[in-house]
Amino acid sequence: MASKATLASTLQTRRQEILAQWLAQLEQSASSTKGRVSTVELRNQAGEFLNLLTATLQGNEAADVNLPAWQPVRAFLESLSRARVAAGFSSDETATFIFSLKRPIFEALQKDCGSDAGELTAGLWAGTELLDKLGLHTVKTFQASREEVIGRQQTELLELSTPVVKLWDGILALPMIGTLDSARTQIVMESLLQKIVETESQIAIIDITGVPTVDTLVAQHLLKTVTALRLMGADCIISGVRPQIAQTIVHLGVDLQGVTTKANLADALALALKRTGVSFVRQ
Amino acid sequence: MGEFLLATIQVDMHDQLALQLQDDLTGAIEKKGAKGVLIDISALEMVDSFIGRMIADISGMARILDAKTVLVGMQPAVAITLVELGLSLPGVATALNVERGMELLRRSLHDTREDDRFLQR
Repeated sequence: MASKATLASTLQTRRQEILAQWLAQLEQSASSTKGRVSTVELRNQAGEFLNLLTATLQGNEAADVNLPAWQPVRAFLESLSRARVAAGFSSDETATFIFSLKRPIFEALQKDCGSDAGELTAGLWAGTELLDKLGLHTVKTFQASREEVIGRQQTELLELSTPVVKLWDGILALPMIGTLDSARTQIVMESLLQKIVETESQIAIIDITGVPTVDTLVAQHLLKTVTALRLMGADCIISGVRPQIAQTIVHLGVDLQGVTTKANLADALALALKRTGVSFVRQ
Repeated sequence: MGEFLLATIQVDMHDQLALQLQDDLTGAIEKKGAKGVLIDISALEMVDSFIGRMIADISGMARILDAKTVLVGMQPAVAITLVELGLSLPGVATALNVERGMELLRRSLHDTREDDRFLQR
C-alpha cells in the first residue's frame, strides 16, 4: 500500500499548492459555470473536498469508495451534485469538478517522487483510480437527482392536468388537455367519479377541446368513462368536438351512439341546465 | 316501502349470497306486487364478473315480473371494475343515491300510468 501512502503524504504536504492549482483550473473552466457558482463558494467546496479526501486517505483505506470509511466523501459529493442539478449544470460540467483535480495531484506527485519512477507510477495509478471512481459516483448521483426531478414533474403534471370543475349545482365539468393515454384516463376517471360522489352531481361534461387527436384507443377510454358514469347514475355529455375530430371518429368507425356530444361547452352547459330544470331569462 | 322494494347490500357478496338475494327478491316482487326495486350497493366495495352478471339478471327478471329495477349508490371503484370487466349493464337504470332512485322510479311509474290511462280511453 505504498502507493496510497505516497498519495496521502503528497496530498497533505502539498495541500496549498494542489488547492491553488486546482482552483486555477476550475476557474479556467469557470467560463462554463457562467456565474452559477461564485468563486468563494467554489473555493470552499474545493477546500472541503480536499480536506475530506486527505483525512480519509490517511486512514489508509483501500481504494474502494463504497466502503463505509468513504461515507463523508461520498455524502459531500452527493450534496454537491444535487446542488449542481438544482443550479442547472450538465453532467460533464459536474464531473469536471473532480477530474480537474487530477492534474494538480499528478504534478505534486512528480515533484515529491523525484526520479523514483516506480513510486511515481504507483502513486499516479492510485490517484487515477480513486478520482475516476469518485467522478463516476458524482455523475451517478447527478443522474439520480435528475431523474428524481423528472419523476416529480411528471406526477405534478398528472395532477395539474385533471381538474374537475363545478359549473352549477349538480353539474361538473372536466376540461381535458393533452393526449389521453391509459394511465391518464384512469386518473381522470377516478377523480371525476370521486367528485361525483362528493358533490352528488347528476351531470358531468367532459370537454375535449384541448385533446389534439382522437384515435380508437382514446375513443375507447372516453366510452369507458361514460359507461362508468352511467353505472354510478350520472349523465355524461362530451363537448368541444372539433370538426377534424368528428371526421376522424366517423372514419375510424367508432360507435359513439348513446353518448351525447356537443360542439362546444356552452351548448353542453345549456343542455345540462335544461336537464336539471334550470332556465334563464334575458332581462 | 309502498309499491317499491328496497334491497340494501351491506356485506361483501359471495356467490351463494347473490343467488339467495336473487331468489328472495323475485319472490318478494311476486308476493307484494311491487312495481319497482331499488338495489342499494353503496356499501359494496368489491365486485366480480359473477356479481355484475347477477345484478343484470335480477334487473331482467324484475322486468318480466313488471317491476323496474334501479341500481343506486355504486362506488367509483366498483364502476371502474365493472367497465374494465366489460359489463356495462345495458338496460339497468342507475341513480346516485336512494333518494334519486326513488324519484326516478316514481316518475317512470307515473309515466306508465299515464300510458295505461291513454290506452283505456
